[in-house]
Amino acid sequence: MKVDQLSIFLENRAGRLAEVTQILSEAGVNIRALSLADTSDFGILRLIVSDFEKAKDKLKAAGFTVGRTSVVAVEVNDQPGGLHNILGMLQEAGINVEYMYAFVQQSGNSAVLIFRFDRTDQGIELLRKNNITIIPGDKLYTM
Amino acid sequence: MIYDVKNETLPREELEALQLRRLQALCERVYANVPFYKKKFDEKGVKPQDIKTLKDVRLLPFTVKQDLRDQYPFGLFAVPKDQIVRLHSSSGTTGTATVVGYTKRDIENWGKLVARCLMAAGASASDTVHNAYGYGLFTGGLGAHYGAETLGATVVPMSGGSTRRQVTLLKDFAPDVICCTPSYALFLAETGLEMGIDIRELPLRIGIFGAEPWTNEMRVEIEKKLGITAIDIYGLSEVMGPGVAIECAAAQDGLHIQEDHFLAETINPVTGEPVEPGEEGELVFTTLTKEGIPLIRYRTRDLTVLNTTPCKCGRTTARMKRVTGRSDDMLIIRGVNVFPSQIESILIETEGLTPHYQLIVERQGNLDTLEVRVEVNEALFSDEIKSLQRVESKVMKNIKEFLGVTAKVKLVEPKSIERSLGKAKRIIDNRNKG
Repeated sequence: MKVDQLSIFLENRAGRLAEVTQILSEAGVNIRALSLADTSDFGILRLIVSDFEKAKDKLKAAGFTVGRTSVVAVEVNDQPGGLHNILGMLQEAGINVEYMYAFVQQSGNSAVLIFRFDRTDQGIELLRKNNITIIPGDKLYTM
Repeated sequence: MIYDVKNETLPREELEALQLRRLQALCERVYANVPFYKKKFDEKGVKPQDIKTLKDVRLLPFTVKQDLRDQYPFGLFAVPKDQIVRLHSSSGTTGTATVVGYTKRDIENWGKLVARCLMAAGASASDTVHNAYGYGLFTGGLGAHYGAETLGATVVPMSGGSTRRQVTLLKDFAPDVICCTPSYALFLAETGLEMGIDIRELPLRIGIFGAEPWTNEMRVEIEKKLGITAIDIYGLSEVMGPGVAIECAAAQDGLHIQEDHFLAETINPVTGEPVEPGEEGELVFTTLTKEGIPLIRYRTRDLTVLNTTPCKCGRTTARMKRVTGRSDDMLIIRGVNVFPSQIESILIETEGLTPHYQLIVERQGNLDTLEVRVEVNEALFSDEIKSLQRVESKVMKNIKEFLGVTAKVKLVEPKSIERSLGKAKRIIDNRNKG
């Protein structure tokens, strides 16, 4: 049920992000979702990619510091209140969201939310109990 | 094992008697043959025959690096040029270059002294020595090379650079000993891992590291990452080159100064007066046997403590504490004395940080600022900003606590701090520019 997310340490300098995308492009790796968190000095690029291992190896070989994090992908209807509903049940259960990001699927009917919980397994259990659609990694990578 | 049992284990009184005889002869020689020293002796009102005890060395004038620059290129040579068989020179990055010359006998002595060092480090004639010090005008490469040959070992004269090739040869030639700078040793280990070669699994067992100051924490790191015993060697081209002092593998507790060839003193760098035994002072050398360019009371700018207590390895020579600071490398930041080695210790003690760092000092208005750039690695990396910021603030807090200076800590990407083949560039001081 978990999704492998690739995180990359980036210094805040011109062109650094483009180097990452160039490496992935040359390796034929597709980016499914991304978010960039930054401070004044450095940033952390978080990616869901079509081929995690390949992306990781290529970036490591190019000298990047990379990490693997388990995140959870959830599908919600693309309509007002979709996210709020989920956050409400998490709050009740006392599960913290360390960070999250979202994208809308091409078909336009539903949105995909990527969550990083402080307690991943409990988070998954809670979502399943409430009949929320969790997108497994395999499906997300090839979506 | 001791290479020159007789001279390395002389009873102290015999050693000091030998030093005095050599010092007296040296004074005669330089007074007669080097106009620079004749003038200096005369200015101080001292004659060679005034040297009656070893302590009388304090009557003699100091020599400083600027003197070598002023006498560029050959002004301090004590023999006619036709007796000089080799020249070495400093890079001159911090001023005019300095030049040193060696007679045939100087070269032989140097080889023997480095052979002593190799054996003190645990090497033997049956070993192979991978020499990654730069060959050329720099004394490191040829100094280590002649020492290894004098010992009877097999030398791989690798020199610096071509890091991937170095790793390949470490694997293929399976040397027992490597000579290079400590920062380069870590770079080799990293490069090896990128190539799928773990240096820990190779037969390599001894590393002899010098040419830049390093800390005990860095030694632990090197020993862990390369799976070797890391030995500190000391030397400077003005005095001879590598091999002036060496740590013994038996104790790894201070570097034995080759006192039958070099008379060592420690002085207060400000007053020039000798410090009390056991106190830290600036190391000063008088070269007792050198013919080409003998130096009287040469001020090294390196800070150390001398220890004459017996060592368990059996050598009777005085030991100098590992040099971690130079009196001229010291940064004064808002009135606080900071040595790069102190910052290095704090970084290595912080989990997940590498000893690859750089200090950047700027002046903003009238205020000095210190920025510490340090590389992240996978052990430390997290996908959450707050945990990286926690590391930054922890280092900042430790620097403030231990050194009393506020520093900005900045995490940078691996390998983004330039790895030099010779000495690591640890400090960028922009205060006196523009």
